Amino acid sequence: MKTGAKILVESLLREGTEIIFGYPGGVVLPIYDELYDSPLRHLLVRHEQAAAHAADGYARASGRVGVCLATSGPGACNLVTGIATSYMDSTPVIAITGQVPTNLLGNDAFQESDITGITLPITKHNYLVKSAGEVSRVVQEAFYIAGTGRPGPVLIDIPKDVSTGLAAEVKLPEKVVLRGYNPTYKGHKRQIEKALELLGHAERPLIYAGGGIISSNASPELIEFATLASIPVTTTLMGIGCIPCHHPLNLGMLGMHGTEYANFAVTECDLMIAIGARFDDRVTGKIDTFAPHAKIIHIDIDPAEIGKNKRVDVPIVGDVKAVLKDLLALMKKQDAHEIWVKKIKHWKQHHPLKCPSTDGLHPQFVVRTLSDLVKDKAVIVSEVGQNQMWTAQHFCFHNPRTWITSGGLGTMGFGFPAAIGAHFARPDVPTFVVAGDGSIQMNIQEMGTVAANNIPVKIVILNNMYLGMVRQWQELFFDHRYSYTEMPPVDFVKIGQAYGIEGMRVDSPEDVLPAFQASLDCDGPFVMDFRIEREENVFPMVPAGAAINEMIGGHPR
Amino acid sequence: MKPHTLSILVENKAGVLSRVTGLFSRRGFNIESLAVGPCEEPGMSRITIVVIGDDAKVEQVMKQLNKLIDVIKVSDLTENERVERELALIKVTAEQGTSRAEIMQIATIFRASIVDVSPKSLVLQVIGETDKIDALEKLLRQYGVKEFVRTGTIGILRGSKIVSAQK
Ligand SMILES: Cc1ncc(C[n+]2csc(CCOP(=O)(O)OP(=O)(O)O)c2C)c(N)n1
Ligand SMILES: [Mg+2]
Repeated sequence: MKTGAKILVESLLREGTEIIFGYPGGVVLPIYDELYDSPLRHLLVRHEQAAAHAADGYARASGRVGVCLATSGPGACNLVTGIATSYMDSTPVIAITGQVPTNLLGNDAFQESDITGITLPITKHNYLVKSAGEVSRVVQEAFYIAGTGRPGPVLIDIPKDVSTGLAAEVKLPEKVVLRGYNPTYKGHKRQIEKALELLGHAERPLIYAGGGIISSNASPELIEFATLASIPVTTTLMGIGCIPCHHPLNLGMLGMHGTEYANFAVTECDLMIAIGARFDDRVTGKIDTFAPHAKIIHIDIDPAEIGKNKRVDVPIVGDVKAVLKDLLALMKKQDAHEIWVKKIKHWKQHHPLKCPSTDGLHPQFVVRTLSDLVKDKAVIVSEVGQNQMWTAQHFCFHNPRTWITSGGLGTMGFGFPAAIGAHFARPDVPTFVVAGDGSIQMNIQEMGTVAANNIPVKIVILNNMYLGMVRQWQELFFDHRYSYTEMPPVDFVKIGQAYGIEGMRVDSPEDVLPAFQASLDCDGPFVMDFRIEREENVFPMVPAGAAINEMIGGHPR
Repeated sequence: MKPHTLSILVENKAGVLSRVTGLFSRRGFNIESLAVGPCEEPGMSRITIVVIGDDAKVEQVMKQLNKLIDVIKVSDLTENERVERELALIKVTAEQGTSRAEIMQIATIFRASIVDVSPKSLVLQVIGETDKIDALEKLLRQYGVKEFVRTGTIGILRGSKIVSAQK
């Protein structure tokens, strides 16, 4: 007989968990006691929200399931934003929460909150475990659900008496079988043929590549498919990295802050192949004018995404990697789409992303300097706001899973803790978090975590002393009325020092590269406070509700 | 916008009903009626939900329902030949005298049965489609409907077709 807590820890190890991110409290004491001398590593964060984001960052960087742990009530509630972030971006995370003993459930007991109820709409599935004997099966199922199909977060709520309760070893099935959960992996042959037929007739095809390509590890197949069929590729914010930035067919990001050429291509293409993407409103702008001349092929593992926002001509439900493989196997010789490819090349030449050349410290320059320095040897995590968009636009990403950002939920405070998680997934390369001065302060307490454990996350703060992205909207659409978006100056280097972290403040362009080099020379965490031009904007920009090709801040056409 | 009768086969587990209904409320659907009970498969329950909505929105909810791990099968009965029934209990004011006789006549016409009699009221039990029940309730209003309780619609496909866990 073993306790539920012991079974839990053993089950996590059996699933291949290397590290969990957590924070203790009353009802998880039995679990923490089990962790005390367990080979399962635990990282103590400073706020449960950070544990959830760290697990998520670990999952995104590694492709494996990330795990976080919190106590009941306030601990569990603090995970919520992190769980919602994972849910929106479909990342595999297991959140384990303690719960009050089963006999007190529903009694408003001390530190009780109905966390399975609270997380119902933001988890792929969740469990309230009722006995120690269920623990091993629930953990096995949870990993299976989180990591297969369209991935997503799964929460396991464990009452204290379940952790302390005893159960005999349960024989687990080799393979989890759930009557209500059977993701479709293989695309329908006839649909794949139809897609190829459409492709055969297309003169101006375009691939619209989303985060699904990253999560199904389909980047090699995507590149092969695009190259063989000469199809330009534009990626969503989540899809960045699925094709190298310098690939001649890569058009960069589309949508609200996409490149002009990507958005022109969307508007002029006659065939759009959406792969692992979901026609989000930040991508499409005004939906009726999105890809107005195109037939649409939509490949996605989640049938609910098909036709949700945009009518499609050929839906293919399946794992994008498997479907791309089938497409490649059946593909005949393809047209080179020369006129189209040439047209796009012309757009690329005449409408590049702008990097201001005036005096002062420009964030675009900071990002490009970092990009040139680390090349493909880093994981880059962002916070949310202008800092995120500048990084998405100006950093040259070479590989999948090297760009980590909160896309769907746009969670300020995600980046720094996610970078901590990413470091544990990729200790072989440096991890940088590019943050805004607002966002970093949402989880700045994690400086304590990186300092205490000497976690070498490099913190790049693009400090404009504003909630810059909101200020930009106020400037452009609210007549410069900067309502509550100014942030008084903060000396982030000093904050770092207080935690025992080295750092550097940077005010001029000459000091940018030396700061990055110093950060790499330092074997621990490092803070860089870049005092950038305060009112720099992110351009180009599609105003909310406009058509995707109606951009402001671009080049004259 | 039209009514859709959805038949949803689910694992009989705690929380499954709130998972299912949550998906409707999140999308702004008002559930017209809801009926839940065990079904032919051990360990499963069947939920029948009637919602009013346009086809595309209902299709999207059905797809989202299918994504729930505890949901085994979802089908829209409205697309097929089907039998739909609801049971209602109606407590009507019925003083001794003419109104009582009239109510009993109405009951006969609707094939409703009188399941409780007291000096001041009658309870009618009626089975039928929603329209029929609505019509009866409307007719009885003039006498004073004190309480109106209905089970919610349940439905089944005509012929040998079934909505089951197996394909
Ligand atoms: C938790 C949270 N609260 C509010 C917002 C709304 N929001 C989006 S961007 C932004 C400003 C971000 O400021 P900062 O981190 O300084 O980044 P900047 O845009 O200046 O680069 C805000 C408030 C959000 N995305 N997340
Ligand atoms: Mg800022």
